[in-house]
Amino acid sequence: MLTGIVFWVLAVVAVAAGVAVFRVDSMARATYALAASFIAVGLVLLLVDLEFLGVITVLMMTMEMAVMGIYMIMFMGMNPALMPMSMVHGKRPALAVSLGTFVVLAAGALLVPWPTRRGAPAAGLVTSLGEAIMESKMLVMMTVSPVLFATIVAALVLALPRGRYDRLGDDLKGTALRGGSRR
Amino acid sequence: MTLQTMLLVAAALFSVGLYGAISQQVVVMVMMGLELMLNGVILAAAAFWWFLSPTPDGQVLLLVVITAMTVEMAMGFAVATLLHRSRQSDMTDMATDLAQ
Repeated sequence: MLTGIVFWVLAVVAVAAGVAVFRVDSMARATYALAASFIAVGLVLLLVDLEFLGVITVLMMTMEMAVMGIYMIMFMGMNPALMPMSMVHGKRPALAVSLGTFVVLAAGALLVPWPTRRGAPAAGLVTSLGEAIMESKMLVMMTVSPVLFATIVAALVLALPRGRYDRLGDDLKGTALRGGSRR
Repeated sequence: MTLQTMLLVAAALFSVGLYGAISQQVVVMVMMGLELMLNGVILAAAAFWWFLSPTPDGQVLLLVVITAMTVEMAMGFAVATLLHRSRQSDMTDMATDLAQ
């Protein structure tokens, strides 16, 4: 009973905050609204005993939204980030598409005869996750690691204005670009 | 709290995110729409895991989804930075030629 009430409160907060992301006046507020939505979903994960994933969702998204807020103020300037804004295109078609998607997904959720639960959750779910990651699903983690590393490299390549080779030449001594060609 | 109700909430989150991803003009706001969609995916995956098959495999899958979200954010910020540097703009309408 109590779990149900908590779930519905969190569900309303998650969806309302999600709607607020695109309704509030400033991007800074939108960032906090998205963080609230993620925190509500992270707490719902705790309700279904996903302790580890719920906690990392809350922690990670709080930090991520803080970074996002900085990006917005950085790109938009202080005033546009904190002042009223409405920068949308194709509002009505977007609304129609999203409403149609919701109807289809909701119909699927309610009408599909879902099977009953198979198996029971392990006694220690966090321990079982750790064991899965380090034993049977080790390949997943071994794949995730280079993907994350490649993301760091690719993001830096995209975001850096110019690297050391651009500035200093192939020999990194600055001789190749001396004489006026340096940007 | 049932599978159906959790999936309904997840569908609502996904749809709201879809609206944002389609309608917003600022790149970072588009990313926020995508994040909201992934928020719905996480909730739906958690519901499937808990109500259908609560095995460790499902938790690993959720972990991968959360990782994908992190990767999307990092690359999105990098692209937004590049776009801002090269065009002095953070609007998707100013970057429509990227589709060509």
